[in-house]
Amino acid sequence: MMRGVPLSYVARNLWVRRVTTLLTAGGMALVVYVFATVLMMSEGIRSTLVATGQPDNVIVLRKGAGAEINSAVTRRQAAILSTLPGIATNSEGQPLASPESVVLISLPKRSNGKPSNVTVRGTSAIGWAMRPGVKMVEGRMFRPGTAEIVVGQATADGFARVELGASLRFAGRDWQVVGRFDANRSGFDSEIWGDAELMMQSFRRGASSVLVFRLADPASFDAINSLIDDDPRLALEAKPEIQFYAEQSRALATFINILGLSLAVIFSIGAVVGAMITMFAAVASRIGEIGTLRALGFRRSAVLWAFMLESLLLSAIGGVAGLAAASVMQSVNISTTNFQSFAELAFRFVLTPQIAWQSLLFALAMGLLGGFIPAWRAARLQIVDCLRAA
Amino acid sequence: MFEFKLLLKNAFRHKLRTGLTMLGLVVAVCAFGLLRTIVDAWYAGVESSSSTRLVTRSNISLTFALPLNYAERLKAAEGVRQVSWANWFGGVYITERNFFPQFAVEPASYLALYPEYRIPDDQKLAFYRDRQGAVVGRALANKFGWKIGDQIPLRGTIYPGTWTFNLRGIWDGAESRTDESQLLFHWAYLNESVRQRVSSRADQVGVYILGIDEPNNAALIGERVDAIFTNSLAETMTETEAAFQLSFVAMSEAILVAVQAVSFIIIVIIMAVMANTMTMTARERLAEYATLKALGFPPGFVVRLLFGESLLIALLGGVAGLLLTWPLAAAFKGAAGTLFPVFQVSTLTMALQLLAALVVGAVSAAWPAWKMSRIDIVSGLRHVG
Repeated sequence: MMRGVPLSYVARNLWVRRVTTLLTAGGMALVVYVFATVLMMSEGIRSTLVATGQPDNVIVLRKGAGAEINSAVTRRQAAILSTLPGIATNSEGQPLASPESVVLISLPKRSNGKPSNVTVRGTSAIGWAMRPGVKMVEGRMFRPGTAEIVVGQATADGFARVELGASLRFAGRDWQVVGRFDANRSGFDSEIWGDAELMMQSFRRGASSVLVFRLADPASFDAINSLIDDDPRLALEAKPEIQFYAEQSRALATFINILGLSLAVIFSIGAVVGAMITMFAAVASRIGEIGTLRALGFRRSAVLWAFMLESLLLSAIGGVAGLAAASVMQSVNISTTNFQSFAELAFRFVLTPQIAWQSLLFALAMGLLGGFIPAWRAARLQIVDCLRAA
Repeated sequence: MFEFKLLLKNAFRHKLRTGLTMLGLVVAVCAFGLLRTIVDAWYAGVESSSSTRLVTRSNISLTFALPLNYAERLKAAEGVRQVSWANWFGGVYITERNFFPQFAVEPASYLALYPEYRIPDDQKLAFYRDRQGAVVGRALANKFGWKIGDQIPLRGTIYPGTWTFNLRGIWDGAESRTDESQLLFHWAYLNESVRQRVSSRADQVGVYILGIDEPNNAALIGERVDAIFTNSLAETMTETEAAFQLSFVAMSEAILVAVQAVSFIIIVIIMAVMANTMTMTARERLAEYATLKALGFPPGFVVRLLFGESLLIALLGGVAGLLLTWPLAAAFKGAAGTLFPVFQVSTLTMALQLLAALVVGAVSAAWPAWKMSRIDIVSGLRHVG
């Protein structure tokens, strides 16, 4: 068995034609960049919303509501729910159940002054205690029963008129901003929180939007869920918070995925064509060398491999460069309206090892597609013809 | 003429390479055009809005309703000619994938405000008479194969329960950009059911649509209307229909900016591919260009040859891509269904496609042309293919 063509020969060929290598790999790098950024974007949306849920929290909505703003839970239903067995209690014996009213208000964005919807959540000290990831970073918590609000990090950064000490006018009242909280990069960062009871009154609603409670035993969800299902007074549905927030991210994440991946695939045609042109030229300019290699005893398969490796190496360079550029995007914060909740959601680009692998494989696939036909042609050449052409 | 012949011959000397480069160009120009058209489609609602319509909504946000009794006070406002109202229904037809907008409207006044929805008079009458009736746009009816008389069940998300509507009419858009992807039904039917269930939520209106006579007074009339309801329980925010639609587009702006950025990336990708082709071509013809120079042709001639060849390939690829954009856009519209009510390749897009192809051609030839104009004859002749 004859050895393959040395790798250094392959690598040097790329180095000799630096400009061509650079241009071809550059094209591939851009495609990989688009591919990776799209995956990072949808992963960012998903992980932000999944981080919003707590594993032992359960959210109860009106049947078929799908989103918090569509939902309504009456005071009577909330009272029934709070007395269900299996709900955790705090040190004072109160059930950890928080009826929350969720509404949207329209605020101008800091970047361009255009209005967008911000989620306003009416909650309570209990609701606060049920989200351990949420911490005040500036100012203080709102006092129960007063028209005070606290603003999430992303909302404070992204929207005008919500500075500490400013006041927002909605529902016939002026609400004063008294604090700023950090929700550890979850969806709550894009919200404004205030007192549930006062909000319900101000918006003249006899019902809250949802009820969130904590399970005493995380495994008992099914039992409590069937209690809620079977009670005819409650036309409600319960979902583990994590599942609920994962569903909230699905529409937007899927949309970005489909749009982005179809773009990446179309773009990759351009890059594959580029690789093919380069490799055909590489074969054509080295016909004499191919003949010599064959005459020295290298087999057809070794020649095929040499050119395939060259193409794969080329695409690997492009892949790594594209991935490096995409990884810089991790420091970028972005925000857009989530279709499902109709409200602004801030998130980051998140690079996972899986995305890195997928991007590199995508790059190699482009190299494989672009390199195969030229390499095949090189391997099929007759020794005599090669040497004569040289 | 001689130069052009030489260009053609040069361009197609490497048939495979030129073919592949052109294929890349076609794909890039097509993708660029389609992406721009997608962005345009997003703004279609803004384009098709009328300057004689204003939209009044709650100033808190669109999710807050206004009381029904505002209608009379709005009608009395100076400059307002007609008033109608609509509620977003947000129902699901079979599955969430079949999304299309549904509005509960006050039928006669709403259709009067939207003359671009052309419905035959008998269908219009049948719709007015049937409280459970609905009308839909032509594109929507075609998508689901609905015929007049069909029953359409919708599962409510904001308004619980399953609602069944009888299809009484189908409208055709007066213009190609008119929205034909909506379903309209009787507001009174919705209100009655809501009253029976939760009486406190009855008599609530999502948005009021105001017809005005003088578009120039739009801002003034808007301010006047909002002043009526200042310090009331439900303060209003009145803006032109275009501004109202634009506020929706603005919500997805981050995505639109990304799509636009990406549409330029494809041009850069193809620029790299094309520049590569031209560099290789120039390198291979080094000896030839040296010969031309030795024969007395000035350096400018070689530069012209390279630019001409590059522009020729780019232009051919660009035009082919441009022509292909049309059937592709039509196919895309068919596949996307009612997601984009309007999907048309604009003249600006086509001009930009051609411009992009020319820029790619020119930029790609720049580096090799500069290099070839500077080669000295001796080393050029010594260089072997």
